[in-house]
Amino acid sequence: MSDFLRSFADVETWAPLTMVQMRRIGVDSLPIALFIAAFTGVVLALQASYTFTGAIPMYFVGTLVGKTLMLELGPVLTGLALAGRVGANIAAELGTMRVTEQVDALETLAFDPQSFLVVPRVIAASLMFPVVVAMAIALGVVTGWLTAINLLELSTFEFMKGLKVFYEFKDIWFPLLKSVSFGFGIALIGCMKGLGVRGGAEGVGRATMQAVVLGSALLLFLDALWAVLLL
Amino acid sequence: MRCGRCSSYEPASVISFKEVVKGFGPKPVLRGFTLEVLDGETMIILGYSGTGKSVALKHIVGLLDPDSGRVEVDGQIVHLLDRDGLTQLRSTIGYVFQFAALFDSMTVEENLSLALKRRHLGVAEIRDRVAESLAVVDLEGSEGRYPAELSGGMRKRVGIARAIALRPRYILWDEPTTGLDPVTSAVINQLIVRTREKLGVTGIVVTHDLESAYMIGDRIAMLYQGQIRQVAPVDQFRRTHDPIIRQFLDGRPEAAGDAELGGVEAAR
Repeated sequence: MSDFLRSFADVETWAPLTMVQMRRIGVDSLPIALFIAAFTGVVLALQASYTFTGAIPMYFVGTLVGKTLMLELGPVLTGLALAGRVGANIAAELGTMRVTEQVDALETLAFDPQSFLVVPRVIAASLMFPVVVAMAIALGVVTGWLTAINLLELSTFEFMKGLKVFYEFKDIWFPLLKSVSFGFGIALIGCMKGLGVRGGAEGVGRATMQAVVLGSALLLFLDALWAVLLL
Repeated sequence: MRCGRCSSYEPASVISFKEVVKGFGPKPVLRGFTLEVLDGETMIILGYSGTGKSVALKHIVGLLDPDSGRVEVDGQIVHLLDRDGLTQLRSTIGYVFQFAALFDSMTVEENLSLALKRRHLGVAEIRDRVAESLAVVDLEGSEGRYPAELSGGMRKRVGIARAIALRPRYILWDEPTTGLDPVTSAVINQLIVRTREKLGVTGIVVTHDLESAYMIGDRIAMLYQGQIRQVAPVDQFRRTHDPIIRQFLDGRPEAAGDAELGGVEAAR
């Protein structure tokens, strides 16, 4: 861990590589994240309507869609999807580099693998996870609104009223903060599992699976921790 | 004369292994490995597959640390160097990997220029150095190709170009001709000789290819059961009467005991 922290000082190495990783981890993950969020928004609106009918004013559909997406489902569903996509990608790539001696080659060329491989990915994931999550939340709210006005006979005014009724500024920074921690943890686990590969193709496969499982488990643990600490 | 030890002065020892012990798990691979490599020479380390030749090589650049004993390069004990010291040391050593270990997400040019950029050379100088290094390995014009587009022999030559582009003082060759056809092997052997003649570097070549060893080496060291069995100039080594080495040189299988073959692989 001390090597990892010290490698942050090697800005000359990791800075140019971070932009490339931001595109791969963030921009390239947008389709899957937005796909999940779009359908989640639809389902949330319909389920809220089903639950509230006859008991709670229907404008609370907007409240439930907004709060649930912002506080929980936006970050967690997106995070789980990215734990699979990003965690597996990092572990498989670095694991293959390990077994084909590319990591050794980096070291013999006087590069620190932590600065060259780990830091750019961890920084990129920490920066891009909240961006992807924010866009996923926004799309989920939009599809929830479209569902409400088209299928639930709610007006835009009512949906917006519900969206605003319990709104707090925390609804914005809380999911973003969680997403930073998810990105950091998932990328770090992917890197550690990848660089720790032993035993060829079988080892790469095992590391990839472990990166996804551990990354997902860590995400759920962090999610609960943030809820306990901040809600 | 391509032999450093044939010149009028007595060359100094620049790389030395002193009683190095290294194991993976309970079984030691190197068991008191001791060897001196002289300035300007090409030292061949011969031995059966899996006896720890590559393990020994990795100690020189600090990819592995010994369990006991030490490896010295230019008088510095490698495993005691701090991070900056190790970086400094590695910048003087070129390492040619058995399977080239090219970065497959980068073009040939990017593979070669990666470490050069860190040396704060100008763009033109880097471009010239890359072109010059590729010319040495007869791969002019392949700057824009990716490793996946190259044959095994070409990848190996790019690996050599990457090592020599840094103008190292030492080059470590890990099984440079293994798995190549005879013609490509001969090309690689010529390259190793040419590299030494042009750049005057000290080299250590790990191999079990006798033809290659006789062609490129000044001295040969035989690694057997984790220790150096014999070190001698090539001509003298070829005439050895040591029964174990004779059996290896003559290709008779009875010398290759179970304890020797596959030792490192099993330990890993």
